[in-house]
Amino acid sequence: MTNASGGAYLDAASSEPLHPAAREVLLSALEAGYADPRRLHRPARTARLLLDNAREATADALGVRPDEVTFTRSGTDAVHRGLLGLLTGRARTGSLLLHSAVEHSAVIHAGEWHAGRGGQAVSVPVDALGRLSPDAASAAVVSSPSPVAAMAVQAANHEVGTIQPVTAIASSVGEVPLFVDACASMGRVPLPDGWAVAAGSAHKWGGPAGIGVLLVRKGTRWRNPFPGDDRIDERTTGFEDVPGALAAAAALQAMVAERTTLNPRQHALIDRIRTAVARDIPDVDVVGDPDDRLPHLLTFSCLYVDGEALVHELDRLGFAVASGSACTASTLTPSHVLAAMGALTHGNVRVALSRDATAEQVSAFLGALPDVVARIRGTVGR
Amino acid sequence: MTGSHDEIALEIDCRGQRCPMPVIELARRLDDVPVGGVLAVASDDAAAGADVPAWCRMRGQEFVGQDVADDGVPLFLVRRLA
Repeated sequence: MTNASGGAYLDAASSEPLHPAAREVLLSALEAGYADPRRLHRPARTARLLLDNAREATADALGVRPDEVTFTRSGTDAVHRGLLGLLTGRARTGSLLLHSAVEHSAVIHAGEWHAGRGGQAVSVPVDALGRLSPDAASAAVVSSPSPVAAMAVQAANHEVGTIQPVTAIASSVGEVPLFVDACASMGRVPLPDGWAVAAGSAHKWGGPAGIGVLLVRKGTRWRNPFPGDDRIDERTTGFEDVPGALAAAAALQAMVAERTTLNPRQHALIDRIRTAVARDIPDVDVVGDPDDRLPHLLTFSCLYVDGEALVHELDRLGFAVASGSACTASTLTPSHVLAAMGALTHGNVRVALSRDATAEQVSAFLGALPDVVARIRGTVGR
Repeated sequence: MTGSHDEIALEIDCRGQRCPMPVIELARRLDDVPVGGVLAVASDDAAAGADVPAWCRMRGQEFVGQDVADDGVPLFLVRRLA
């Protein structure tokens, strides 16, 4: 994705542009997949077939069973249904949710909703790389004053890219089931073992917006926390978005097929940005695990720099980036992820490469950044 | 947290300032306290709780802890090490 004025779209962690494979499938499925997949007539059977295909292709790409896959209205919807359904299924055991301090706000909000209905949600600290250690997870369970219903830990962090040791955490917490928010990583890196329930978001892997994936491991006790419906899949509600689900599955398959070549390329480009930012910009806090991370994203914070000014100035030059600084957030509070890691929260930039980002675009960004930072610092005399 | 009002060599008033201004003021004024002395930043900015300790880590100064001013605004205490 090149912006008209040059520059580059560097916000793929917010939303990856639609994958060409998804575009083709979406257009043909819009033609063929309009009917109600529950009906018995031929157009309905076609829609049902397409939906079943989407489920099977998604399951195959993720290495799970088709009956473990539910399409939801969004990644956030998958998180809410998945986590709250797991907690509802565990209500006889306990009502305490433990979650890492760096979960996505969708998890935090679900925890607050749970707490507002008589449950409890407690945050578990992470280390300076943003990682929840298996020992910290286990200690939080052991020292908990009441029985733990579930633990939420992401597959990888959406802001800093750090991969969480999900499988080791699952072993360390014994019987406590894990909810794994895999929205940032699904399709890009394999789903880690150890989840009881997991969630993904199609527009983050190049599928269309408005499609989430909820995974409920066979044998996991999950109960619908919301009003039910009489649709095909009891874990979700509303008329199925058949074309969207099929396009999401096509993009997922394409990303999984491409990642053996795409990931090393993106990983190396991010390494280049990481090295150059640390070398060329004074007083910069480069955040997250340098190696064990998502391949496509990097976060850093520039001392004495207004994050909003930084985003606007880069945008003026054609570079689209996200920021976790308070002044750029709708909430006017700084990123809880950066704060939990002890990282600098102001002057923050998240760079996330889309699948077609080039070395030339990275070079252009690295060429522009030091002057932009210096100029903004100059306005405040630093 | 720790810190007593007695050991504060200088208090700077950053009430109402948004990030990154409190940290910029901190960087400007730390030279006004002697090495070993403590500067207190009074700030009601939501980012200060994270950014003052992060600044200390990046600039090789000591974050002593957090206290509360008489009007309830958080005070962030920084010891000048160099």
